[in-house]
Amino acid sequence: MAVELVRGQNTPLPQTRLEIRVSAGKPIVAGVTLSDAQGKVRGAEWIAHPGSPQLPGLEVSQQAAADHRLAVDLEALPDAVERVNVLLALPVGVGGPVRFGAVAAPFVAVTGLDGTEVASYTITDLDPESAVVALELYRRNGVWKVRAVGQGYAGGLAEMLADQGLDQSREIASQILDAVARGMARSVAAPPPRTAEGDRVRHTAAAAGSAGEHSGATAGEHGAAAPQPPTTGAPAPAQSPTTGGPAQPPTASGPTQTPNSDGVNYAHPSRRPAAAAPPSPPPTAPPAQPGQPAQPVAGDATGWSMEERLYNQVWGMFEDLARTTAAYRSAVDFAESRMEQELDKVLSDPRSRIGGTGDAAREAARAKQAQLVDQAREVLDRDLAQLKAEAEVVEPALPHAFAAWDNPVWHAYRVPMEVPMALRLGDLHLPESADVRIPLLMRLPLERGLWIDSGRSSSGSVTFHDSAELHRLALETAVALAARLLAAYPAGDFSVHVIDAGGGAAGSLAPLLQAGVLAHPPGHGAPGVTEVLARLTKRVELVQMAIRGGATDALPPDLDTGEQLLIVNDFPHGFDDRAVTQLRYLADEGPAVGVHLMLVADREDASAYGPILDPLWRSLLRLTPVPDDHLADPWIGHAWTYQPALVPPGSTVLRQVLAQVAQARREWGR
Amino acid sequence: MTVNMTKGQAISLQKSDGGTLTAVRMGLGWQAAPRRGLFGSRTREIDLDASAVLFADKQPVDVVFFRHLVSDDGSVRHTGDNLVGGAGQGGDDESVLVDLARVPVHIDQIVFTVNSFTGQTFQEVQNAFCRLVDETNGQEMARYTLDGGGQYTAQIMAKVHRNGTGWTMTAIGTPANGRTFQDLMPAILPHL
Repeated sequence: MAVELVRGQNTPLPQTRLEIRVSAGKPIVAGVTLSDAQGKVRGAEWIAHPGSPQLPGLEVSQQAAADHRLAVDLEALPDAVERVNVLLALPVGVGGPVRFGAVAAPFVAVTGLDGTEVASYTITDLDPESAVVALELYRRNGVWKVRAVGQGYAGGLAEMLADQGLDQSREIASQILDAVARGMARSVAAPPPRTAEGDRVRHTAAAAGSAGEHSGATAGEHGAAAPQPPTTGAPAPAQSPTTGGPAQPPTASGPTQTPNSDGVNYAHPSRRPAAAAPPSPPPTAPPAQPGQPAQPVAGDATGWSMEERLYNQVWGMFEDLARTTAAYRSAVDFAESRMEQELDKVLSDPRSRIGGTGDAAREAARAKQAQLVDQAREVLDRDLAQLKAEAEVVEPALPHAFAAWDNPVWHAYRVPMEVPMALRLGDLHLPESADVRIPLLMRLPLERGLWIDSGRSSSGSVTFHDSAELHRLALETAVALAARLLAAYPAGDFSVHVIDAGGGAAGSLAPLLQAGVLAHPPGHGAPGVTEVLARLTKRVELVQMAIRGGATDALPPDLDTGEQLLIVNDFPHGFDDRAVTQLRYLADEGPAVGVHLMLVADREDASAYGPILDPLWRSLLRLTPVPDDHLADPWIGHAWTYQPALVPPGSTVLRQVLAQVAQARREWGR
Repeated sequence: MTVNMTKGQAISLQKSDGGTLTAVRMGLGWQAAPRRGLFGSRTREIDLDASAVLFADKQPVDVVFFRHLVSDDGSVRHTGDNLVGGAGQGGDDESVLVDLARVPVHIDQIVFTVNSFTGQTFQEVQNAFCRLVDETNGQEMARYTLDGGGQYTAQIMAKVHRNGTGWTMTAIGTPANGRTFQDLMPAILPHL
């Protein structure tokens, strides 16, 4: 029967061979000190820490980690030991958090060797402290007991060790932290600190998820009042801003515990005060006035996070517009066909040739048609007004990955910490509803490559563009989309490669080139084509082999495992048969292992290859640099007019965003 | 308060408080009849399918059935194919939801049919019913029982049609034969 301890509480231990599990969400140091009957640590040999992980009867982890399992055999300890102090500390000098107030509340549990939990304790109310005595196991009248201590030290390990009567506390503390820093240098680099902006959406999702699972244990009084799984252990203050949830006090609201503080907090750490509201309920439309449609609200859809709700709402609007237009078109078609039938009937009826009966019948048929079309139009207009009102509240609420380039959210752009669920590729509209624009949101990572069609479209809508102008526009579209992709991914998780065999794209690619966000200089001429394709083909093959062999950790360390985008300008210019084969290989195999294509091409230019390239074109999502109705919705199959997401003329937002991306890439060290 | 409808009976879809209906659900439920004789425990799965055909002036415009679960205009939605029927709870096994306010202006009749996709006749079906529920409050407005099942594999259950500004439901209950709604078209047309 596990006991959930509060600060100060103790409970007897049923056995002497134990495990102590620690979970903190962020890498922390776990160690143990031993004290004698006077509460004094007799020397460095009574401290188990990452630099000296084993003592008789004790073993601790050799490095900082978010989760620890410490082994304790109380029988095997030196006889003079009366107390075992389990301590936690934040690593210093590795760029991580420096105060426990900035991480999720650490959770410690004492378990038997079979994993059954004896006692657990969540250390709350920490703020500036960087070291804490979590538990003490102590001998009282020959019986071992465990007590929840939760004693924090703002002065860190040195202060803690000094408090335990150790003379060389400062030296030993720095030895421990050095050992930790060395350990961390060997392992994977720590991610850069999370920012509130990059974190907000997903973190709310995690909070909502865990609140659902543990009947609302987290996100109550303090942002992080309960153990959180390591993946969600981001700084707690990131939870509150702009999630639409209830206002939460900042994490640091609890009283600071100094070594002299004798206050005992009897509040149960994992029980939420009754007054706290559930985290971030989805916004709902206020009740409609009688006779009026409900006022639309951004995020009025299902989803774990605001981002997901907005995504679902946009797709819901897309479907609604498709369906209401289908109803309108069906009614109009029916009205037309009925009128034609009736007119035919009038024509074939010999009686109608006499006098005015025929004219009257024709007139009646036309009136019936007009009336039905008017009715249908009325319904359509009502629905369009509703969708337009919804779009007006949804558009400003969109995060940058979903937003148009003229959305002010781009001016507050920060490199995200997580990949958004989708990316806006442009806008869609139907001829009946030119003023209701639906964002075309594609899930990330991309499942298909993109083809920016620089050819004259068959619809004839672009005849006023000459082909050079069209090609320039296609490149501009490609650059705007590539910039969006770069901006959507965390620093270093997305790289762009360019093949520009003829070198003609330098002007259009200038935003990417000048910002320095390309992984390599663009490939020019036949050697450039070969080199870039060989590089990406090798990457696809390696990752495929590693995945098939189940040996993803055996990849060469210099391999960039982030997503890759290959922009090919003016395909198939500069491609020989071998290069075409390689490109087709990338198109087929790449998306599954994170290599995506973006072709800027006129299909006519590749007509010499004949039908052999048809599968390539079909595998790509065709986008046009000018509005063109070639995209079908998944429900009805209307032909939607696609309009690319282009930067407004004269706007510098693209350069600003790319500058931030470039800076983040440099800081990331790539 | 449920009206137990008989063949050919028509009821107006008005709420008891005089308001007009906005959303109705056509529910279909059934159970396989137990086999007689030995091996009675061997299950006999019967797959009945509910379909709804949307008509504009006696011309079929759209059909909602298990391969096209939502009418193009979005007003009629099928909740999904049930291949085996109920375990005996008497609940709806297949439902067709109709948002009457969203039905396109030219659609004046919606006909609901039931087919036996697996080919058994209604003799082998027990407790089959079709009912109309006010989706806004869950109240059952009409129920039509397919009792006395005979040697046929389909039934045209009911139709919901425009009546001035409102809607009326008429029970049809005509037996027919066919695997899917396409086979029923000749049988439906006389009832429009």
